[in-house]
Amino acid sequence: MSNQVPIHEGLFTWPSAKPQLLGSRCVNCAETAFPAQPDCRNCGSRETTIVELGDQGILWSWTIQTFMPKAPYKSDETAETFQPYGVGYVEMPGGVRVESRLLPNKPEDLQIGMPMKLDIIPFRTDGTDGSGDQIMTFRFSPVKEA
Amino acid sequence: MDVAIIGIGLHRFGRSPGLSGMQQGASAVRNALADAGLSWKDMQFAYGGSQDAGNADALVNELGLTGLQFTNIWNGCATGGSSLHAAYSAIKSGEYDVGVVVGFDKHPRGAFNPKPADWGIDEWYGETGMMLTTQFFALKTQRYMHDHGITEESLIRVSEKAFTNGSLTPTAWRQQALSYEEIANSAMISDPLRKYMFCSPAEGGAALIICNADKAHLYSSKPLYLKTAAVRTRHYGSFEVFAPSQAMNVADASTVTASKAAFEQAGIGPEDIDVMQLQDTDSGTEIIHMAENGFCEHGEQEKLLREGATGINGSMPINTDGGCLANGEPVGASGLRQVYEVCVQLRGEGGARQVPNNPKVGYTHVYGAPGLSGVNIITK
Repeated sequence: MSNQVPIHEGLFTWPSAKPQLLGSRCVNCAETAFPAQPDCRNCGSRETTIVELGDQGILWSWTIQTFMPKAPYKSDETAETFQPYGVGYVEMPGGVRVESRLLPNKPEDLQIGMPMKLDIIPFRTDGTDGSGDQIMTFRFSPVKEA
Repeated sequence: MDVAIIGIGLHRFGRSPGLSGMQQGASAVRNALADAGLSWKDMQFAYGGSQDAGNADALVNELGLTGLQFTNIWNGCATGGSSLHAAYSAIKSGEYDVGVVVGFDKHPRGAFNPKPADWGIDEWYGETGMMLTTQFFALKTQRYMHDHGITEESLIRVSEKAFTNGSLTPTAWRQQALSYEEIANSAMISDPLRKYMFCSPAEGGAALIICNADKAHLYSSKPLYLKTAAVRTRHYGSFEVFAPSQAMNVADASTVTASKAAFEQAGIGPEDIDVMQLQDTDSGTEIIHMAENGFCEHGEQEKLLREGATGINGSMPINTDGGCLANGEPVGASGLRQVYEVCVQLRGEGGARQVPNNPKVGYTHVYGAPGLSGVNIITK
């Protein structure tokens, strides 16, 4: 039976009805890092704690990846099925800008300053152990106008 | 102890089928030795590096097993800058009188594909398609244009100038000038950067013979002086390549700190520079580096480019040989090509691309992953 497995432990809360990105905050200087790390790259302290960074943020910069990357890129796509994807930095309320894939892949759908929300999505199917597990990653998409 | 550059050599950048990267490095060393009128056995030490073409010290198999001290340097795109800094220090310390700095490379076609683990990053970052230098330069340029009112016109003008300069440079890889329209209509690779706004991984070699300035007259009638070589890494908060996250407060880039250190050590300022090489992995980055190196204010580039200030006959000639855009980037050699070109200009040997009015002070700047910069200042 296939499961939904995070691509890497500790990037986001999972499984969860309302997943949050996870990072670390320095006990000494309060700077935030993503992904979480045991040391602080601001002050060098070795005391950090895991914190939730939130599930919404503001787009700080963006681009569109138009060609399929070489390895280590590892998706289910082939050169024929590859679809361009957005990449951007999203400013999180937790106090850090996180680099992420973005759902929109056309320039007209992306704008610096737009509100974005976190999605946890299946990225590829793991065939290596025959389990057929869905490998889950994070992505941001525009917050729809109400 | 001052440091002199007494020999310069290049193995033409681009593609050299049938030649290994190392052979291209050896070719550059032979050219530099010939330029200096010296032989390999005169070299007391060597620093060298390559990313994809093997250990630099294996060059002794090509050049001769003379027993010299040979140290391999690897520092990303700033490998050449770091090698030159090491050699500069070796002369400054008084330990050696004369030695060689060499860089070479031979990359496969297409964008670089670095491995996350080599940069202290977990595999997911590469697997999900974010470990690309092209993306970083696009993201940094996108934000910079937003913050400082730079338009696409400036991106196009940088490329236009690069390929014009390439067309005047016999050693350049890309020697065909491209029109504004050709660049503007080229394929979008990573918004806002188009095909003709990116440099490509390539092949080639570059070498310099450097020596104790007190003895330079023994070897050369036209020595140049390496006033300073400064290499700096990123600070917390600077926006750099291969960063899964960025701090909220943006700090000065490594380029700013390397540039300031170099000017301070040399005792001169940006206004004293007559010709310069600024890392142009893409046209957006050249624009950003103009300001980060102190040559203009942020946002001023738009006007400067429209006026042609960065052209060969402009007030601040940048990348007179076409830079990385027209020469491609063999990582190990690229930073030394910059120094080579500045030396050509200071010697007045630039031919069709010679900067007028007898330039006396040159500047080179290289930027590499994951956020380090090397700056050199060279004088007559």
